[in-house]
Amino acid sequence: MLRFVPILTLVLMIGPVSAGLIGTILPAFGILPALGRTTPSLDPWQALFAQPGLGTSIRLSFVNGLIATAISVAIVMLFCSAWQGTRIFHAMQRVLSPILSVPHATAAFGLAFLIAPSGWIVRVVAQVAGWERPPDIAIIHDPWGMALIAGLVAKEIPFLFLMTLSALPQADTDRTAQVTATLGYGRITGWFKATLPRIYPQIRLPVLAVLAYSTSVVDVAIILAPTTPAPLAVRILGWLSDPDLGLRFMASSAAVLQLLIVIAAMAVWIAGERIISALGRYWAEDGHRFKKDVALRGLAATMALVAAGAVVLGLIVLLVWSVAGFWAFPDLLPRGFSLRLWARELDAIGSSLTTTLLIGIPAVLVAVMLVLACLENEVRTGKAAGRQAMLLIYLPLLVPQISFMFGLQVFFTLLGLERTLLSVVLGHLVFVAPYVFLSLSEPFHALDPRYGQTALCLGASPARVFWQVRLPLLTRAVLTAAAVGLAVTVGQYLPTLLIGAGRFATVTTEAVALASGGDRRMIGIYGLLQMVLPFAGFALALLIPAVLFRHRRGMGAQNKG
Amino acid sequence: MPEAVKNGLELRDVHICLEGRELVAIDLSIAPGEIVTLMGPSGSGKSSLLGHICGTLPDAFDVSGQVNLDGRDLDGLAPQDRHVGILFQDDLLFPHLSVGGNLAFALPSHIKGRANRRSRVEAALSSAEMDGFYDRDPATLSGGQRARVALMRVLLSEPCALLLDEPFSKLDSGLRSQIRSFVFDLCRKNSLPTLMVTHDPEDGEAAGGRVIALD
Repeated sequence: MLRFVPILTLVLMIGPVSAGLIGTILPAFGILPALGRTTPSLDPWQALFAQPGLGTSIRLSFVNGLIATAISVAIVMLFCSAWQGTRIFHAMQRVLSPILSVPHATAAFGLAFLIAPSGWIVRVVAQVAGWERPPDIAIIHDPWGMALIAGLVAKEIPFLFLMTLSALPQADTDRTAQVTATLGYGRITGWFKATLPRIYPQIRLPVLAVLAYSTSVVDVAIILAPTTPAPLAVRILGWLSDPDLGLRFMASSAAVLQLLIVIAAMAVWIAGERIISALGRYWAEDGHRFKKDVALRGLAATMALVAAGAVVLGLIVLLVWSVAGFWAFPDLLPRGFSLRLWARELDAIGSSLTTTLLIGIPAVLVAVMLVLACLENEVRTGKAAGRQAMLLIYLPLLVPQISFMFGLQVFFTLLGLERTLLSVVLGHLVFVAPYVFLSLSEPFHALDPRYGQTALCLGASPARVFWQVRLPLLTRAVLTAAAVGLAVTVGQYLPTLLIGAGRFATVTTEAVALASGGDRRMIGIYGLLQMVLPFAGFALALLIPAVLFRHRRGMGAQNKG
Repeated sequence: MPEAVKNGLELRDVHICLEGRELVAIDLSIAPGEIVTLMGPSGSGKSSLLGHICGTLPDAFDVSGQVNLDGRDLDGLAPQDRHVGILFQDDLLFPHLSVGGNLAFALPSHIKGRANRRSRVEAALSSAEMDGFYDRDPATLSGGQRARVALMRVLLSEPCALLLDEPFSKLDSGLRSQIRSFVFDLCRKNSLPTLMVTHDPEDGEAAGGRVIALD
């Protein structure tokens, strides 16, 4: 049984991606039997290239995705190099972990409320400058997409930071830092010359996932990106949702184009990696030590702090708006507070939370079981074999959602599973499982194998060793992985919308749907609601092991996961 | 314990290789109650040999020869079916179980009844001069107490042979001789063929049996 789980997992990951890609590529060339079209043609592409502003849309996706990724990676690397092993580093770790669970859309809304012309930041300036009305400039939806970049950077920093954090111990970084320091190198330079080359291979996959995401993002783009024209992925969603079914063909060719954009962005990134690593080799050996890096270290801390602060302040301003009464510009706070809207929305809130859990709980349970079974199988067969194959589990994170979600919907329709809970759960599982794997595999491998060996030699069967030794020792790691998974499913916008064909109103689809309306109080409520479940998940992941093992001091060391 | 003939532990012409390099070559038989010490520098494959005997050696290693315990051929058996106990330099008490829970984990399931099982564990604790420790958290024990619980845990699993993998190297020097004699006395008392690997010559002297140097 256990032996087949890795294969099953891969099928569940790669199956939907390939089925979805086929279901996108065929209509892109005019083939969609469901609509009675079976002869290949290039019409969809001609229609696509005739769209006004297509070049701008492509540029927004491609350039902004690359810039957002480069800035996020640069800030994270700079911060790690400048502060690794210090108190500030550990404090940042505490702050960024919970921010990771903030859904992208919530962070984007919070940021929008901060930086908008009538947002908090301008209000503070207005107090000093004595402005009576908000300045007439487009800060969010700005034509250059800078707000989009800011939103992506703020949300990707925590992810990349935590990925880097788990790679650090494998390069023996604390001692490496001591060696470079005693050789007279400044902190930052020592880290970039001696540590980065060793850990980068391990964070490369997450970096590429961030690149794929940033280049093809839909929900954050709806909230922050320019609208005339919007980035390509947003326009594809518009064409897919159009009542005119004929637009599906053009939308499909656009989805293929989106895939090509992501591939091109990755090619540029990888070329950049090559160039930097070639230049870096000379640089590493040139002996320059850059001892005076205090200013740069300050800058690194400031940038990381601004990114984290933007998300946290954004959450606060969402909360304030959700209970705001009359709130005129340039007042810093509303004149009055009221729970009226919360009360009015109570039923709707309850039902969207229920729908979210209805999809999320099965997806998370299945993902955790699959990942545990894969890891346990690795231990029992004693082979890290299939490890290369397990890299395929990350495939769904590297392919743009919009490029295979529509095709997947077509595929599920063929199976008669359209708009069912099962198909939506399977659609979510594709994204939940990789993150659960990412979260759980490190603590699982870090567990001292001699616990298992000892238990076996005491006469316990492998099954008993798993249930009574390995699983209890990993309680917190498993619960944390489940919480990560829950945060991922709660944040899913496209899969819920497209596969569910609008039938499943989760907190995230509701929140993003409010974006165009601009009712700040409602956005406040639904933006916060997106936070509730992930936060509850992480709180439980801390609380349950603490209560369960309150009389077992040794579990503290076991449970750093 | 099975009433089979007690021939002890026999390693017949055992060779362990990794990627074509021979780590260990040994031919050895250990009588019940005898303690044999294997000395050798780290990387000499001592721990691989113990892993091979108890069945937890990864299959990346190439092994030839036979391992025989009380007339049973161990090769190919799963670790849990071998009745070979092992102690590492770390006590590896399960941190999620109480002291008593750790011991009960090792007690075979053919010993039935809650009260009966508990009294067996209590008796083991008492023989280690640790009465009343059943419900204690292992993390609150001293180093010596943890080492004694680890040994009692192995013995409760009714092994037919015992392997010691540098079992005393992490203990304070004051404690070491005390725990050494505790372990060795119980090995002899239970007539266990015992194989110890170490790089501390004093361990071998204290065991008082044959000392074999690996190189």
